[in-house]
Amino acid sequence: MSALTLRVNGKERSADVDPNTPLLWVLRDSLGLPGTKFGCGMALCGACTVLVDGEPIRACSTPAGNLAGKNITTIEGLAKSATALHPLQEAWIEHDVPQCGYCQAGQLMSAAALLARTPKPTDADIDSAMAGNICRCGTYQRIRAAIHTAASKLAGSKA
Amino acid sequence: MNAMPDPALAADDELRQLMHEVESGTRATGFHAVKLDRRSFLKLTGLAGGGLVLAFSMGREVQAAAAGAGEFAPNAFLRISKQGSITIYSKGPEIGQGIKTAFPLIIAEELDAKWSDVTVLQAPVNPAVYGRQSAGGSRSIPDSWDQLRKAGAVARAMLVSAAAASWKVPEAECTTRDSAVWNGKRKLGYGALVARAAALPVPDGNAIKLKERSEYRLLGKSYTGVDNRQVVTGAPLFGIDQSLPGMKIAVFHRCPAVGGKVRSVNLDDVKKLPGVRDAFVIEGNGKPTEIMPGVAIIADTTWAAFEARKRLEVEWDETDASKDSWSDFVKRAAELGKQPVGAQTLVNTGSVDEALKGAAKTVSGFYTYPFVSHAPLEPQNCTAWAHDGIVELWSPTQTADRALELVAGALGLTADKVRIHQTRVGGGFGRRLMNDYACEAGAIAQRYAGPIKLVWSREQDMSQDFFRVGGFHSLAGGVDAQGRLIAWRNHFITFTHDGKAPSSGANISEQEFPAQNLPNYLLSQTMLPLRTPTGPWRAPRSNSLAWVIQSFLHELSAAAGRDHRDFLLEVMGEPRLVQGGLNTGRAADVIKLATEKAGWGRKLPEGHGMGLAFHFSHAGHFAEVAEVSVDGNKRLRVHRVVVAGDIGPIVNMSGANNQCEGAVVDGFSTMLGLEITMEKGRIEQSNLHQYPMLRMANHPRVEVHFIQSDNPPTGVGEPALPPVAPAICNAIFAASGHRVRTLPLTKEGFSV
Repeated sequence: MSALTLRVNGKERSADVDPNTPLLWVLRDSLGLPGTKFGCGMALCGACTVLVDGEPIRACSTPAGNLAGKNITTIEGLAKSATALHPLQEAWIEHDVPQCGYCQAGQLMSAAALLARTPKPTDADIDSAMAGNICRCGTYQRIRAAIHTAASKLAGSKA
Repeated sequence: MNAMPDPALAADDELRQLMHEVESGTRATGFHAVKLDRRSFLKLTGLAGGGLVLAFSMGREVQAAAAGAGEFAPNAFLRISKQGSITIYSKGPEIGQGIKTAFPLIIAEELDAKWSDVTVLQAPVNPAVYGRQSAGGSRSIPDSWDQLRKAGAVARAMLVSAAAASWKVPEAECTTRDSAVWNGKRKLGYGALVARAAALPVPDGNAIKLKERSEYRLLGKSYTGVDNRQVVTGAPLFGIDQSLPGMKIAVFHRCPAVGGKVRSVNLDDVKKLPGVRDAFVIEGNGKPTEIMPGVAIIADTTWAAFEARKRLEVEWDETDASKDSWSDFVKRAAELGKQPVGAQTLVNTGSVDEALKGAAKTVSGFYTYPFVSHAPLEPQNCTAWAHDGIVELWSPTQTADRALELVAGALGLTADKVRIHQTRVGGGFGRRLMNDYACEAGAIAQRYAGPIKLVWSREQDMSQDFFRVGGFHSLAGGVDAQGRLIAWRNHFITFTHDGKAPSSGANISEQEFPAQNLPNYLLSQTMLPLRTPTGPWRAPRSNSLAWVIQSFLHELSAAAGRDHRDFLLEVMGEPRLVQGGLNTGRAADVIKLATEKAGWGRKLPEGHGMGLAFHFSHAGHFAEVAEVSVDGNKRLRVHRVVVAGDIGPIVNMSGANNQCEGAVVDGFSTMLGLEITMEKGRIEQSNLHQYPMLRMANHPRVEVHFIQSDNPPTGVGEPALPPVAPAICNAIFAASGHRVRTLPLTKEGFSV
């Protein structure tokens, strides 16, 4: 065990954990950030997706010790503030995307990485970027629509 | 062996009873009112402020709390503050079916509340106050419709009385809308009426006239889920997100073959591992629905507990454990299927043998479908704390009401010593009708001084399920010279746990379509002994029977050279209600609507095909048309699925559409590549790489259309699922000439 320092949602956070501990459990058990979800533990379902320096990774299979000095963004840090949701979060609400909602944090993080890289994604871009995220309830059609809506809003705000 | 009943068999009997209860809307009586301590109550309801008198049972406390805060709460379903904010309590578990939005909408409609004034909270668990607090059988809406409407209407009537009295006008001259009582152009907001209304006697809800559908202002429109903002910001809503001061994490390791007992285990080694607080054997009571034998480990963190479990060395006594073998079942079923009639004849109408002999065309086929897992994305978990002589649970359960007595019984307590807090549920699908994880958590908590959270791994969740049972149907059917369906014979090869009745989900109704829709019908069954636990899976029975029946019906119409829509409508016949609740008129209407919206009969590109299927279940009439393409390598694309349903009036259009869209994805995902197999009693699939659920690139476009009839509203969580598989298989036949008789589709060489 050792004190591990991580930069999560813009803040330096420290946890007394074995550096082999997957980031998921450091977030959930040590840092009080349960928004990132446990689904499979094998990087198969995407429920634990977070951003590391803007890239989506599966926190269940990434040792926390590898992430010193990197910027980690979780679902709790996706919105700029409590009153200013990310356009994807707004679109998710507008399209009433969630059913059970358990996968949606991971879906949103994958979608955020996609829009940061590809502001105007095609359906094929969405298929590819979202391939690692399972929605057991089957909300894919609404996720797709919400990504397009958020992309349009982002394009509009920049114009 | 011994004379004691096998607990595993008793558990299956309970599961059958459970399924009957959830589907009939009845349940065992005898629930006890329980009390929450004040701190828990405040946490649960989000209430603050003092002066609470907690001498009431839970739910009544909602009213006590309201009175203490000077609010108006005519019943346990709602409170209105002097500032005009309206709090509505949703009594049932939110499992992804959208009930936490739908229930309050029904109350708000009769209350004539402005939806933006409404805050929704989860109600405390107390069936003595709230009645049914389960989510199953698509029964939430039909069972609660009148109860919730009356709860809102009573409050509205009292507010009208209060306003009429303050204006000194007759109540008949007052109307309500947007959280206010109106008299001509003057109005009094509900908040301003709170003090006066709270002093009035509560009228009898049965004496109050409820709204006509034409008067609805809220129902039938689209609303985003009340928890959506919290969902998209990662708020800790789910069972697995619960946290208590000093809480530890528990894992529980069971024998991979159900029924195995712990012979020996290296507890001393495991207790020395980093972060491990304790480890011990729990004998359990042998019921898969409650507590099976196993080894508990309690650790500081989930990772420490998971790592410690890897170091367990358990020697299992498998004398009485399952030896089930899917490959053996398949062989035996194939042999049995050669017999036209099984061991038990269930229905024998007319003369099937003679009708088949005289038929212009006959078809026979042997259909096989596998066991499948629920695989909700949130693995089973439960937080439990034994303190002050009680066990307190935070559980993502579909049956909070039922869990009270079940958990108490498993823990050797009376139900008044168990308290359950309902959390949001990360997927139900029927898995969480069972409360085995809650029993396990409670049993572990009883042996630890402090709160614990039991967390299952994905591997445990997949292998320790109450699976959708597999099955086999050996079918023959015939049509006459005019292409009319005249004969249907089905030898159903299914499973039994007790040797007497089919296992949970493994039965077929004597009224199952098309029993009552043709003159010569013979249904028989043969049961194979089974140990693997089975249970309700979204649209139990229907999820597999609809595939078999609607596919075989298409085989017959194709053999007769008929248009399948015409054939299906002819089988429905004149509009009438047949036993079991199928209304052939409503059926015909949704068949017509689905085919019209899909453009049935239009010219399609080479390699494309359309398939139609209908199924009635859970009081819902649903027809679906799938459009697919299949290439020479059996690569399948489902381009579009059109859903037409009649479930009466719609409460939340967005929610209802979402359930249908999800049902199509779930149905396609399951039929395409999902299969649970077992050998030597062990489930062979461990994680999602061996249970490949559908992903973004392959979801069909789904279009949903409802006939909003004036029939009473019924549930939509399940009935849109059963027609999906036969519609897609019938479309595959239309596109490629290949008749699918074995699921999943990957077994017949298909891929996406």
